[in-house]
Amino acid sequence: MATTRSIPLLKRLIARSQPSRSVTYMHRPGAGSPRPDGSPRQVTLIPGDGIGPLATNAVEQVMEAMHAPVYFEKFEVHGNMKKFPEEVLDSIRRNKVCIKGGLATPMGGGVSSLNVFLRKELDLYASLVNCFNMKGLPTRHDNVDIVVIRENTEGEYAGLEHEVVPGVVESLKVITKFCSERIASYAFEYAYLNNRKKVTAVHKANIMKLADGLFLEACREVAQKYPDIQYNEIIVDNCCMQLVSRPEQFDVMVTPNLYGNLVANTAAGICGGTGVMPGGNVGAEHAVFEQGASAGNVGKDSMVKKKTANPVALLLSSAMMLRHLQFPSFADRLENAVQRVILDGKVRTKDLGGSNTTQEVVDAVIHALAR
Amino acid sequence: MASKVRSSSTLLKRFLATRLNQSRSVTYMPRPGDGAPRAVTLIPGDGIGPLVTGAVEQVMEAMHAPVYFEKFEVHGDMKAVPPAVIESIRKNKVCLKGGLATPMGGGVSSLNVQLRKELDLYASLVNCFNLPGITTRHDNVDIVVIRENTEGEYSGLEHEVVPGVVESLKFCSERIAKYAFEYAYLNNRKKVTAVHKANIMKLADGLFLESCREVATKYPGIKYNEIIVDNCCMQLVSKPEQFDVMVTPNLYGNLVANTAAGIAGGTGVMPGGNVGAEHAVFEQGASAGNVGSGKEVEEKKANPVALLLSSAMMLRHLQFPAFADRLETAVKRVILEGRYRTHDLGGTSTTQEVVDAVLDALN
Repeated sequence: MATTRSIPLLKRLIARSQPSRSVTYMHRPGAGSPRPDGSPRQVTLIPGDGIGPLATNAVEQVMEAMHAPVYFEKFEVHGNMKKFPEEVLDSIRRNKVCIKGGLATPMGGGVSSLNVFLRKELDLYASLVNCFNMKGLPTRHDNVDIVVIRENTEGEYAGLEHEVVPGVVESLKVITKFCSERIASYAFEYAYLNNRKKVTAVHKANIMKLADGLFLEACREVAQKYPDIQYNEIIVDNCCMQLVSRPEQFDVMVTPNLYGNLVANTAAGICGGTGVMPGGNVGAEHAVFEQGASAGNVGKDSMVKKKTANPVALLLSSAMMLRHLQFPSFADRLENAVQRVILDGKVRTKDLGGSNTTQEVVDAVIHALAR
Repeated sequence: MASKVRSSSTLLKRFLATRLNQSRSVTYMPRPGDGAPRAVTLIPGDGIGPLVTGAVEQVMEAMHAPVYFEKFEVHGDMKAVPPAVIESIRKNKVCLKGGLATPMGGGVSSLNVQLRKELDLYASLVNCFNLPGITTRHDNVDIVVIRENTEGEYSGLEHEVVPGVVESLKFCSERIAKYAFEYAYLNNRKKVTAVHKANIMKLADGLFLESCREVATKYPGIKYNEIIVDNCCMQLVSKPEQFDVMVTPNLYGNLVANTAAGIAGGTGVMPGGNVGAEHAVFEQGASAGNVGSGKEVEEKKANPVALLLSSAMMLRHLQFPAFADRLETAVKRVILEGRYRTHDLGGTSTTQEVVDAVLDALN
């Protein structure tokens, strides 16, 4: 009788609710050691401005505690520098992987954002944010698990603005077939590799018929190469409304630059805030990890002074980085520890409704690592 | 009591559904182009080999996994592994194979061993663990046996000193110790145990232990201990939960791996592979029964689980973790449900029935 067998089986299953160790990963020899020439596997680290150094320091402490096989090459970069230091770019080109805090961008004044500069210089054309409900964090929306893949180099962020006549400014939004195709290809490849079922293209092609029309054309073309993945399109205003009423309908979303910024931050907000969502930027040759959605990545002065920034987003992004570097076991340990701390609910920063400092959260994570 | 039993079975179903459905919030940011299909050399082999590699092909097809197979016929009675096959593995770097039958005696060397030496696949890895749903006499088993694959007693250097007296030469090296500790480090394992018989073979196994001890000092976070192989066999069958990662020279590794596989459910279910600096060949984990009996071949009742789980290891090695997880989850669900099992697990199903169950469970 199935039912009489099920009680002991249930007991055994519940007893084994710790992550089971039987995922076998047969690594290539040398994957856990320094390179053959003796140089360690390095990751460029940019603490950045505002709460950036707090959050990156949290990552450094946790990596140290796990004895993770990553070594950081730290560089000071600040948003008010005239240009991005060449030695930092060289370091990232050499190491291929970077983790950073936010760089403060002054309003107006013609100083362009160094965050954007970095993405364009290294051609990090895809920005990825994973917004999902974390156990233990109550939100108004359940069953959310959205990945927003946003084009990172063109669109409204082309930076081409000029004053036609005094008092009249033109801002050019540039959409190219080349960039649209590659972001669509990345989005569908992501869905394929991560067993996702649906990709939604976000656009405003009813108004910007040519620009967003070109984007949609590229998405449709790529969609045909992936017959198993559902594809649909949604106009961005409807998308924002749907996000806040029925977010469970979305899976992977692919968007041009500006909409991606707004959609990513909205999605992060409904799941608990930008302080917890992980993300990164990737191109053909490099990857830069940072807090997933951009809002609040530099934080307020009071957070910096009282040291109450939320390190969770950057910790989860550094777990993504560990996976990107092919260290899945360390990534799992880190994520489990962070999720356990959130689930316990005893140590939380202000944005999650608590009153703890960054260091207290880091200590809780390091403690949870040992369990 | 009846209501308690009834509610527990619905609870069980819900629990199974959540535990066996992957949570989607593991984020892996692939590099662009990571989804391009990879070529893998496939050697069906002898006996039950073609049955089980056929199972893997069907499942990969069903998952639309980004791998495609370059198939080659190799049989254990060939003089050597065909150069075209070696070329293919050198190009693809990854191979999946069934067993090759080795004739007894007669001076014909095993093609399985030849392949490992030719490609310098110096580490053989078998993961022996309890699968939920298979009852065994031992619980809490999760052992990884890492076995030196190219030297030791398998160096093939034997000579007849005088008629009736044969000497067999044995060598040992240290790179296997490095691989074992690196494996433990990367997979969050807590202990490495070196298996030896240095009390008798003082020089040979003594050298092996020296290498292990040297490497152990570089990994202070991982416990290290040593055990003599005869005691080890006894401990394996009485208290297997004490073992975690085990590193052994060639012959002991063969015996320890098959024993560990046996206590955890049999060689029909344990995954494994062989890896070197540049190539990896995946096959049924522990070697006993990898060619199977004539009856299994005739009735098509070989157990495909071991090779399916090894192909999941292969997907992980190729950096396709989501596909690997899907495959493993499906196989484990089929084992847990217990309706489709081959003879070695106490059932009567054929290979194809198990494969169909796995294909069903994929969705």
